[in-house]
Amino acid sequence: MDLLNGIFIAPFVQMADAPDFLVQVLWEGFVSGILYALIALGFVLIFKASGVFNFAQGIMVVFAALTLVGLYQKGVPVILALILTMAVMGILALAVERFIMRPLVNQPHVILLMATIGLTYFLVGLGEFVFGGEPKQMITTELGLPTGSTEIPFGAQGVVILQHIDIAAAVIAIAMVTALALFFNRTRIGRALRAVADDHQAALSVGISLHQIWAIVWFASGLVALATGIMWGARSDVSFALEIIALRALPVLILGGFTSVPGAIVGGLIVGIGEKIGEIYWGPLLGGGIESWLAYMIALVFLLFRPQGLFGERIIERV
Amino acid sequence: MELKTLIRGTLMGGAFFCAVLPATAEDSVFVQLPTYRTGPYAGSGIPIANGMADYITMLNERDGGINGVKIVFDECETGYDTQKGVECYEQAKAKKSLVFNPWSTGITLAVIPKASVDKMPILSMAYGLSAAADGKTFPWVFNPPMTYWDGASGVVKYLGDQEGGLDKLKGKKIGYIYLDAGYGKEPIPLLEQFATQYGFTLLKYPVPGKEMQNQSSQWLNVRRDKPDYMVIWGWGAMNPTAVKEATKIRFPMDKFIGVWWSGGEDDARGGGQQAKGYMTLNFNAVGTDFPALQDIKKFVVDTGKSKVEAAKFGENLYNRGVVNSLYMAEAIRIAQEKSGKKVVTAEDMRVGLENLSIDEARLEKIGLKGFIAPVKVTCDNHSGHNKMYVQRWTGDKWEKASDWFDPMSDVVNPMLMAAAKTYAETNKPWPARSEPCAN
Repeated sequence: MDLLNGIFIAPFVQMADAPDFLVQVLWEGFVSGILYALIALGFVLIFKASGVFNFAQGIMVVFAALTLVGLYQKGVPVILALILTMAVMGILALAVERFIMRPLVNQPHVILLMATIGLTYFLVGLGEFVFGGEPKQMITTELGLPTGSTEIPFGAQGVVILQHIDIAAAVIAIAMVTALALFFNRTRIGRALRAVADDHQAALSVGISLHQIWAIVWFASGLVALATGIMWGARSDVSFALEIIALRALPVLILGGFTSVPGAIVGGLIVGIGEKIGEIYWGPLLGGGIESWLAYMIALVFLLFRPQGLFGERIIERV
Repeated sequence: MELKTLIRGTLMGGAFFCAVLPATAEDSVFVQLPTYRTGPYAGSGIPIANGMADYITMLNERDGGINGVKIVFDECETGYDTQKGVECYEQAKAKKSLVFNPWSTGITLAVIPKASVDKMPILSMAYGLSAAADGKTFPWVFNPPMTYWDGASGVVKYLGDQEGGLDKLKGKKIGYIYLDAGYGKEPIPLLEQFATQYGFTLLKYPVPGKEMQNQSSQWLNVRRDKPDYMVIWGWGAMNPTAVKEATKIRFPMDKFIGVWWSGGEDDARGGGQQAKGYMTLNFNAVGTDFPALQDIKKFVVDTGKSKVEAAKFGENLYNRGVVNSLYMAEAIRIAQEKSGKKVVTAEDMRVGLENLSIDEARLEKIGLKGFIAPVKVTCDNHSGHNKMYVQRWTGDKWEKASDWFDPMSDVVNPMLMAAAKTYAETNKPWPARSEPCAN
């Protein structure tokens, strides 16, 4: 009876009793979801254009943020540091295309996956060698990002606290997705990229350079990684522990589909909000700490009904 | 001609090594320093590694080692990973290290059963298995200056003092946020015992290692539960994230206290001025105003032999590393006295650690007066249950917020003895102590 009460009644009573807290949970879930979506976006861009599951996306987040902070700490002005970091991500994209993608073209996907695992360890070593292993504080104010928070009265005595950096994260994520959507749909390169995503051979036959597209898509993914690194670094620190957080994007990808940009966004929000609501209101029933696997449960439930994910391409195989 | 030169060179080289090697072998001892300069815990591991290495280097440079015996050391990178830590232990054994410093509770737990078989002393300074303080059951394991259970009792004692007595904790809610690993789980039995004894409610908030930088759920729970105090047992990237999250939910910082491993400057710094008032336990001083620290600066830092950044010299975790090497150096000196040998072995080192005694006079003599509280380890008591104090974050540095005080040994010791007994029973056949006491 207690169990039934704990599942079906008590959580909803808690929500009704403290609506301000419910809104706070939803907001925190929304912000987490946005950040998960940004990480997932990096995966999607590369998978869409090349069919490669980029295991190195997490370390790219850390590497980009470390480069930015590291350059600033070495005395480079903040704007120049930002531009140089983008340039570094561009060089990385060119190097990946030249030394990983090009030699391994037409190899089975598992080979390319292994190559990105190798890239992960290379970037970990390079990052530690150049910038050291110590965590660094994100240069939030220097970048002009807001700090502090706003308290919004809610209900009779409640209050919802909104961190300004979280609001900025949401705005930047939305701007980034809009920019990417415009890039894909309105530019020549974007259309070429979509053509490559649809069919490599057909794209090649009309003169689209796969090498160029791969470099562009890795660069775009690097920029998304930089934005993610700045936002997540501002919430905690820039450390190599951030690399692991990228794995939180896996259920988002399962849910949203590996090839869908809107899927990454919607999947991120569902996972972010779902895991927070689950952890806070139903977690105590199971001793807490359920959010790390709850995201996968949510994704699996969705998969039962849509194996290709929410927005993924329907897989049709004729036999 | 060339052959002649080669032969002559070989003979001269051989003669040189024959002349030098025995002297080197007689005049040095080897100590391995496990570290984690890489990975998610590097923020805590790097300053400790620097402090450890620099104190030993200073002794070698200033004094030519200990009683003329140089301390040769090399680092072994564990990345705070238990598997790699065990590999470092095997290397330490093969290289005949005098002692093994696991620098991780997980690694400590993994190597404890090996220590007595391999005759390798384990120095787990204020971490590891609390029950290892029982020297009768664990003759090869040492955890001075105190155990996690001493630390947990120190926290409860301090909170009781803030309320006007331990009895005033009745009805209070104390939240415990911890790294969900051997380290963070270690003090839970004692905290649960105290909760029953003093009538407070213990609320637990585990943080998985993979989620160290993603703690918003834990702190939302804290906001909902409204504990009167929060206690943190964090490490690496978990600490600064927790401090930031606490400021986000407006948790009062003067009600937030951590164990000594949550007290790095970088742990609090990220929280900015809002982190002002955050407290942790400590067992070493912060700063450089000690003759021995000045010698480290003179002989090691200023000569480019250190990896520490100038601004971080004398910070809390750097000094913690110095304490670890201080214990090792003093144990080597005592081992030399007890064994009558200059070049001691790991077995001699065990005796040295078991007789470790650093009193006020000794601290003054070695230029560390006030740096730590006096430490005494005995045959039965491998921890010493020595004194600690509370430090408070001012917004840009740590300041002392209490006098040195003792843990609640009257409560802790019987529990430690019972836990040691249980450990031996559950790990049968646990070897009975065969080493004589040399106190």
